[in-house]
Amino acid sequence: MIELNNIHRDFQVGEQTVHALNGINLSISAGEYVSIMGPSGSGKSTLLNIIALLDQATSGSYCLDGHDVTHLDETILAKTRREKIGFIFQFFHLIPRLTAYENIEIPLTLAGIAPKLRRDRVTSALDAVGLTDRASHKPDQLSGGQRQRVAIARATIMHPAILLADEPTGNLDSHSGIEIIELLEQFNQQGVTLLVITHDASLGQRAHRNIRIIDGQSST
Amino acid sequence: MRIQDTFAQALTAVITQPLRTLLIIVAMSIGISSVSVLTALGESARSYVIHEFQALGTHLLIILPGRTETTGGQPPVFGETPRDLTLKDAEALMHSTHIAALAPVTVGSAPVSVHGLERETTIMGSSAALRRVRHLNMAMGQFLPDTAFDQPRPVCVIGQTIREELFSNSPVLGQWLRINDRRFQVIGVLASEGQSIGVGLDELVIIPVASAQTLFNNFSLFRILIESKSKASMYAAQNDIKRMITLRHDGEEDITIITQDSIVNTFDDILAALTLIVTCIAGISLLVAGILVMNVMLVSVTHRTTEIGLLKALGASQQQIIGLFLSEAALLSLAGGITGLIIGQLSLKLLQQVYPDFPLQLPLWALLAALSVAVITGLVFGILPAYKAARLDPIQALSKR
Repeated sequence: MIELNNIHRDFQVGEQTVHALNGINLSISAGEYVSIMGPSGSGKSTLLNIIALLDQATSGSYCLDGHDVTHLDETILAKTRREKIGFIFQFFHLIPRLTAYENIEIPLTLAGIAPKLRRDRVTSALDAVGLTDRASHKPDQLSGGQRQRVAIARATIMHPAILLADEPTGNLDSHSGIEIIELLEQFNQQGVTLLVITHDASLGQRAHRNIRIIDGQSST
Repeated sequence: MRIQDTFAQALTAVITQPLRTLLIIVAMSIGISSVSVLTALGESARSYVIHEFQALGTHLLIILPGRTETTGGQPPVFGETPRDLTLKDAEALMHSTHIAALAPVTVGSAPVSVHGLERETTIMGSSAALRRVRHLNMAMGQFLPDTAFDQPRPVCVIGQTIREELFSNSPVLGQWLRINDRRFQVIGVLASEGQSIGVGLDELVIIPVASAQTLFNNFSLFRILIESKSKASMYAAQNDIKRMITLRHDGEEDITIITQDSIVNTFDDILAALTLIVTCIAGISLLVAGILVMNVMLVSVTHRTTEIGLLKALGASQQQIIGLFLSEAALLSLAGGITGLIIGQLSLKLLQQVYPDFPLQLPLWALLAALSVAVITGLVFGILPAYKAARLDPIQALSKR
């Protein structure tokens, strides 16, 4: 499903070149549940961004679903992101002026799906995350856990094969954190490949496979 | 992404930022309203002037003695003054089959007096045909009698101002007035032509051309006014006139012929150019509005960095982001344009109240042009912000909380 070969990612910070990723090799098959852990600045977010096609590696190759996606033009990248990858952020990133319903609807709108089809899919997505009664609430009327549920519904609305979560519980209390992780695991049980970055060792242990990133290199 | 979804998204963004929306609409509406008011003023002035000239008669030809062009050859060392236009010339022209009516005109200034009241005014010597050629209307009495050109008669037709000043409210017809030392009987009064361009008809005294010639002791004509049989025969009439006058003037074509058309066209061109200039000046305010649109949109892009980053992470392509921001700019400037047109129309209504005589109206093409200019301005100045938004790096955009 995901094949990373000798991925390097360098950033230029002033005069210095920072090697955020230093020859990462990683292979994740479909349906896996993987946690990525590591100290701050170890490069785990950079790795996730590259997998999410938000960032491009300085060198190395990336195969997604059997296709080389290392060098694709912007429009195709956007389409691949939209159709294959769901991304969940630490800070939820909901659009404040839109309701929960409308936030979830965005990817469908971007994909140009007709309003009638959109309604059915958003309704069932809201149901899946247990927020049917909060559909018309704005993000600031929702609790942190509820906001992350909206974000998960949005990330999964296109039925992506891969779900990437960058510290999804980092901004939540431990109780809602567990609920969010359980919700993500449900999607994994339905066959979605799940990658979670976390600081929390106990959450990390729940994954079938743990990857530690230290100084831009992986150790299993 | 479907086009209606793009606009729906843009619309929610417009509605949820009321201050920004208001700023852009105000700026854009000032630009559009000034453009539309000034265009309307220019257009109305143009149609007003053209209407006035067309009221003079559509197949009018005016013959002036002399010519502005030289005939070539040696410079006239001994000086060659053009031959006068005479009544004989006018009579000769009557033979042309393309001429429907012909009025010789002499003009001079002389004191006019009645019972000790006296004023200096313009005296026009002409014939019965003048009424037809210049489309004159009578308030009372009749116009000059249709007699031979060279036959003097002691009769006159006066304008409204002359009537008021010399006769006030007493009966006029049949009264005698004195021009210089000759007496003329008033046989008619012209209807008031408040807005006529050119000679002030209200302050005119018209007498038979032969009388005027003896009065001023001048036997050359000021002009000859001619109405051709139809618009089509104008050129034939013009050729006839040239040929006949050249024959009579020893082979020299020493007259100038002005057609109604050429006057109207000249004024049309001048006023159209004026309108264009005035509109361009007003267009500067549109430019200012456009720059404001750009500024406000740029601020909006900075303000919504996270949102743009998110949209990209969710799979929005650069084109889609550009589309979103451009449709926002288009919606905003369209709203501004419509507001501006409404303000413009209200100002025109107000002006119309103040100057009821002047026909004011914004032509439909100007209305549509103003709207499309507003939208185009918005789009042009929205390109930079939209492009900036599309080029945002999603990771950096999302790292901001």
